Amino acid sequence: MPKKPAISHFGECGILLQWDFDFSPENLKVLLSAKAKIERLLENRDVEVLNTYTALLLIYPIAATTRFSDYKQLQEMDFSTFENIVIAQRLVEIPVCYDTCFGLDLEFLASEKKVSIEALVAMHTEPIYTVYFIGFLPGFPYLGGLDKRLAFPRKKTPRSRIEKGAVGIAENQTGIYPQASPAGWQIIGNCPLTLFNPVADKPCLLKAGDQIRFKSIGKQEHETIKKAVPSGDYKLQTSTENG
Amino acid sequence: MADITLISPGFYTSIQDRGRRGTAKYGVPQAGAMDAFSAAKANLLLNNDPNAALLEITFSGPKIRFNTAMSICISGAQFNVKCNDRQLKNDKAYIINAGDQVDFGTLLTGFRAYLAFSGGIESPVVLGSRSQYEGITTHFRLKKGENLNIMGSGKVLNESSARVQFSNSKILDNKIEVFAGAEYHLLNTVQKQQLLKTEYTLLASSNRMAIQFKEKIENKLYGITTAATLPGTVQLTPQGELIVLMRDGQVTGGYPRILQLSEMGINAIAQQVPGKSIIFEMLIK
Repeated sequence: MPKKPAISHFGECGILLQWDFDFSPENLKVLLSAKAKIERLLENRDVEVLNTYTALLLIYPIAATTRFSDYKQLQEMDFSTFENIVIAQRLVEIPVCYDTCFGLDLEFLASEKKVSIEALVAMHTEPIYTVYFIGFLPGFPYLGGLDKRLAFPRKKTPRSRIEKGAVGIAENQTGIYPQASPAGWQIIGNCPLTLFNPVADKPCLLKAGDQIRFKSIGKQEHETIKKAVPSGDYKLQTSTENG
Repeated sequence: MADITLISPGFYTSIQDRGRRGTAKYGVPQAGAMDAFSAAKANLLLNNDPNAALLEITFSGPKIRFNTAMSICISGAQFNVKCNDRQLKNDKAYIINAGDQVDFGTLLTGFRAYLAFSGGIESPVVLGSRSQYEGITTHFRLKKGENLNIMGSGKVLNESSARVQFSNSKILDNKIEVFAGAEYHLLNTVQKQQLLKTEYTLLASSNRMAIQFKEKIENKLYGITTAATLPGTVQLTPQGELIVLMRDGQVTGGYPRILQLSEMGINAIAQQVPGKSIIFEMLIK
């Protein structure tokens, strides 16, 4: 049975709900179910409910008048059951070109791990990853599920610029850079998709709760997809399951 | 449509409104006026929506040519402002005529001034806000020679209306109101005392994303699992540095969140000049 979260005020604009559990795909479902239940409870309120690994933050505008009454309602809320709440999960295929022209640290990482580049790519494309939340940079997905054998520290000297779509590894995390940026991550490939577009109807390609799998593609296909994306000619490969 | 031209933009001048709501789930910071109190005041004195887009002027001011008539109001930091040869005061609405030039001279008190225009600035709305932010809007600050459209041309206020006398003591005060942060309980007694007794000197590297200080506190705490942050969240790095996240700050972070500034605390720290010092004052003990 899911535990009850600790509820506290977060300055004047926030209410924080923290669960005492480790993050996992199962516990993410608890968070997202609680989020859905709160959004239903506080319908019509001007509040954003944000999840991270093990917490929810309710963000209010400074002028909000319901923060204290909402706080009381949250304290009385039943977090033990989430009846009638279904979290739909998508499995999204994310194409990545693992050519060394993009994977600036592929050869280094393969030699450090004493495996071939092919074996390293196989380890990265095998798992199903979970998108826990978007943060750090606009559109940057925090992913869980990296094969432990691929974990590796950040570069000692960060690069001043890596390209949009760069796929990297840092400690036990893997991620995709939505835009060109300075970065200390070990870069192993590039994704031709646009993860973030502020003027699109849906600014982010991915959202909390999504599951993704990386698909290895060649340089030619990378170029084809990259050209097709801005005109909307690339169709994202997804499958949906409820669970 | 009325319009103005920036003859020179000043040190850092940008378009801001109240910022973005509901975009943390995309990893997009709120942005918006650093001192939201003064920005709303400038707008309200012009009978604008308090959320209307205006100019945030940091440290050194711009020179602006008004190509059409409109009314304006300045709030927040006090500069030596002149319209042609006429001295302009803060917190008062003025009618500016076509061809007039407004110069922001020396900075006298505070750090960020707000210049509001009747009707507000007309610029692209991205994710529900006109606030400029790198990667979201096309530009993140204004450039020399830039033209800006202003929405309310015809409606100019009657200048003879009284100037409102505001007490700016709260905004210009170096006592910054805080609450305990989500990880405050991880600090030991010595750290808690140090935190509330030390005068912290603002570093010159402070900006719209974060304010940092010269002084450190002893610290043995490491990072936390990445967690949500808001404007006004004070993080403690493993080196003992404090980072006050401001309006353009990241929506998540991996350092313990030891304090949370009150809304007036955020407004007040936005008016502190780098090199000067502040002290944190716990609101609820």
